[in-house]
Amino acid sequence: MSDETLLSARGLSLTLGSVQALQTVDVDLWPGELLAIVGESGSGKTTLLNVLSGRRAPDAGAVWYRDPAGRLQDVHAMPAPALRTLHRSDWGFVHQDPRQNLRMSVSAGGNVGERLMAQGARHYGSIRDAALEWLEQVEIDPARIDDLPRTFSGGMLQRLQIARTLVTHPRLVFMDEPTGGLDVSVQARLLDLIRSLVSRLNIAVVLVTHDIAVARLLAHRIAVMQRGRVVETGLTDQVLDDPQHPYTQLLVSSVLNA
Amino acid sequence: MIGYNFAYLDEQTKRMIRRALLKAVAIPGHQVPFGSREMPLPYGWGTGGIQVTASVLGQQDVLKVIDQGADDTTNAVSIRRFFARTAGVRTTTHTADATVIQTRHRIPETKLRDDQIIVYQVPQPEPLFRLEPSRVETRRMHGLADYGLMHVKLYEDIARYGQISISYDYPVMVNGRYLMSPSPIPSFDNPKMDRMPALQLFGAGREKRIYAIPPWTEVRSLDFEDHPFRPINAPHACGLCGATDAYLDEVVTDDRGGRLFVCSDTDHCAERRAAGHVGAEGMKEAAE
Amino acid sequence: MAYVAVKGGERAIDNAHAWLAEERRGDPALPDLTLPQIREQLGRAVDRAMAEGSLYDPDLGALAVKQAQGDLIEAAFLLRAYRTTLPRFAHSRPIDTAAMQVERRISAVFKDLPGGQILGPTYDYTHRLLDFALAAGDLVPHAPKAHAPQEPMPRVPDILRAEGMMEADAPDDAEPGDLTREPLTFPADRDVRLQALARGDEGFLLGLGYSTQRGYGGSHPFAGEIRMGEAAVEIVPPELGFAIDIGDVVVTECQMVNQFKGSKTVPPQFTRGYGLVFGFSERKAMAMALVDRAMRAEELGEDVTAPAQNVEFVLYHSDNIEATGFVEHLKLPHYVDFQSELQNLRRLRAEVERAAEAEQSPSPVAAEGRGEGAAPPTPHEGAVP
Repeated sequence: MSDETLLSARGLSLTLGSVQALQTVDVDLWPGELLAIVGESGSGKTTLLNVLSGRRAPDAGAVWYRDPAGRLQDVHAMPAPALRTLHRSDWGFVHQDPRQNLRMSVSAGGNVGERLMAQGARHYGSIRDAALEWLEQVEIDPARIDDLPRTFSGGMLQRLQIARTLVTHPRLVFMDEPTGGLDVSVQARLLDLIRSLVSRLNIAVVLVTHDIAVARLLAHRIAVMQRGRVVETGLTDQVLDDPQHPYTQLLVSSVLNA
Repeated sequence: MIGYNFAYLDEQTKRMIRRALLKAVAIPGHQVPFGSREMPLPYGWGTGGIQVTASVLGQQDVLKVIDQGADDTTNAVSIRRFFARTAGVRTTTHTADATVIQTRHRIPETKLRDDQIIVYQVPQPEPLFRLEPSRVETRRMHGLADYGLMHVKLYEDIARYGQISISYDYPVMVNGRYLMSPSPIPSFDNPKMDRMPALQLFGAGREKRIYAIPPWTEVRSLDFEDHPFRPINAPHACGLCGATDAYLDEVVTDDRGGRLFVCSDTDHCAERRAAGHVGAEGMKEAAE
Repeated sequence: MAYVAVKGGERAIDNAHAWLAEERRGDPALPDLTLPQIREQLGRAVDRAMAEGSLYDPDLGALAVKQAQGDLIEAAFLLRAYRTTLPRFAHSRPIDTAAMQVERRISAVFKDLPGGQILGPTYDYTHRLLDFALAAGDLVPHAPKAHAPQEPMPRVPDILRAEGMMEADAPDDAEPGDLTREPLTFPADRDVRLQALARGDEGFLLGLGYSTQRGYGGSHPFAGEIRMGEAAVEIVPPELGFAIDIGDVVVTECQMVNQFKGSKTVPPQFTRGYGLVFGFSERKAMAMALVDRAMRAEELGEDVTAPAQNVEFVLYHSDNIEATGFVEHLKLPHYVDFQSELQNLRRLRAEVERAAEAEQSPSPVAAEGRGEGAAPPTPHEGAVP
């Protein structure tokens, strides 16, 4: 692991209506690392994800990203075109509901190929080959390349979304409850897939989940959020086996008791 | 015409439109919003083209108006009359004699020169509108040159049909920067836009947009390296003049499947016939 | 040769116009309609043509209705095309509807209020029975007359505001936008939105307003007040420096009062949807007020989910002159494009047939063309230009 962070946030604060959604939150992420942000719903996890990824501006604080050239970029001060370019090349975003990201009236191959085409790929044959390869990687039968996503199951849709996101080999992917709403058996297969892809491709991930078990399986480090604050952070085993903060203790014990 | 200014629009309005045209020429392919006026002709019938023509027309100009390539279709007649009445300019059906050509759906077969202006009537200036209906969003996509979606559409065509299935209003990239609708001309005409010596102006009245292609600008029809752009035309020769390199209309001659293919550009066809070219139909008639 | 049918376009157009004129006149044995007859006896038609034509002139409105044979969108189109050529001498000051010479004023939220409720000339409580006496020839009816009310008639939102229950008007001295001069841009401010609605198609706004009542973006409206009457139009000529009255216009104004739960900075209060239309057109004024309020959803922090709340959708589709032009342009010749589609379709079908033949007699070539022509001809679900 490099000693230079890939993504750093300092002092993020954001008020939404009368709610303090984020209160002076700091985050550090190293290349290839998988950081899980856990907490119950309403704790500010998804808001934090949106602020880290530049999709929502904070009231205070800043997010810094180290681009492939090694320069630090202030995510919220970047011009819109640069941020958009980042989002469609070096970054990825996996939504809980794959329908938010996929084009439901475009074939699986077109969905996977879109980011390549947005980056300027203009050879149909190679775009199609890349799509076929990625369908295999996410364990979707390549014969379904021309099928529409609406004929896919929930688990397949999520895997298709992952293929669509990873096809440009991003260095950083944001994931918002990627296994939410799926059957347990489907979840397990998907978690396995995410774990192997992320480690093989050395992708850094910020993963939001309310499910401690998901965090334990995937994450190198964990940040625990409660009411807009990060109340505890550390290596996954350390935080889950020896929680210090009462809220973390409560979260961990509720899982054990469940 | 009494009571109206030269070419109908008042001079202030024409100046406003010319400012928009200058901006459009400066940013090839970019859609410039303009204060489109309400014209005495319906929206969708050429109000944008008429306003652009009115703004660039001078007393010395010679105007040609075509619709579907023909000078004698009713809407072309109506627009040509409008300018004959309101501006009193000379009109012509000969492409080579015109200084300003207003067109709907075609580019003349005769090569245009650098002392000519072609004005296209545009029903829908936004090339992305079928893929993204919100103009707020498409404006952003143009700003960021975010055109992956358009290629997804082409990819889908090839995946499903083995080829790109767009036959008219085929999207183009202008000067390597802006995705542009060439107006609903057949894709057959697209190559004529590339590095055309004449100034190309586009007016969309209802949508209140003007855009332009300066002379000699690169205009590329979107495609893939391994599925290059292929213009579509009927695989026939013109029945009247025998032309094999002109865009053809298909005329139903009877209810037993009889078809006649003839030049859509009526001026081009007439000139060829005057020069002695005869098509299959003409030979039949001569034989009778 | 049948193909020359399109030739002679000029003569065809002239003949069509002549026929139209004859048909407009109808049976010449019957007396010609006069403009005063139309203005006086078909007033609601003239009002609608003026409102959607954005030109207040009952005589020209009557001419437009006559010339368009009672086709009110066509009549509005005639007025619009005329209006656009008119020079602009001055901008009027905002009309003061509180000082209006009221002919009708009702409130659905107060049983009685200063100035009282005045039903005025309304169809509201008529029984919709065809009146055969009217068919036989109208008598000259007489309505009882009262003295013009002396009492001031404050507008209902002003009454509510005195108590702090109604949102304050945002004071704005900026010159209002004018979408007949400047193209629409987004975000569109409320002045431009109201202008678009005031010019918009009555039927379109009625449908949209209705949809908000059926759950597509509702905001619990009450008809706070509807008033109709003559309002004075004033301008301030720069050489005088003070306002002078240049005439009166009949307008219908509707103020919808809507619930608002309040936000972080604003206490719960009523908000307003506003409608103002030339002439007597209560239906349109009310629909306009509903749609105006619906389009304020984003400003008031409400979810934007329904068509009536989508500013871009409403503003781009409310103008019936634009809409009718583009819908009807489909009858213009499109045979160049159609020919292109025809050739395209033939090409695609040939491809499919070739693929089917290749399948029947397998050849090594078919295996190579992965995805090229091998796909079965499924109906295309994506967008096809």
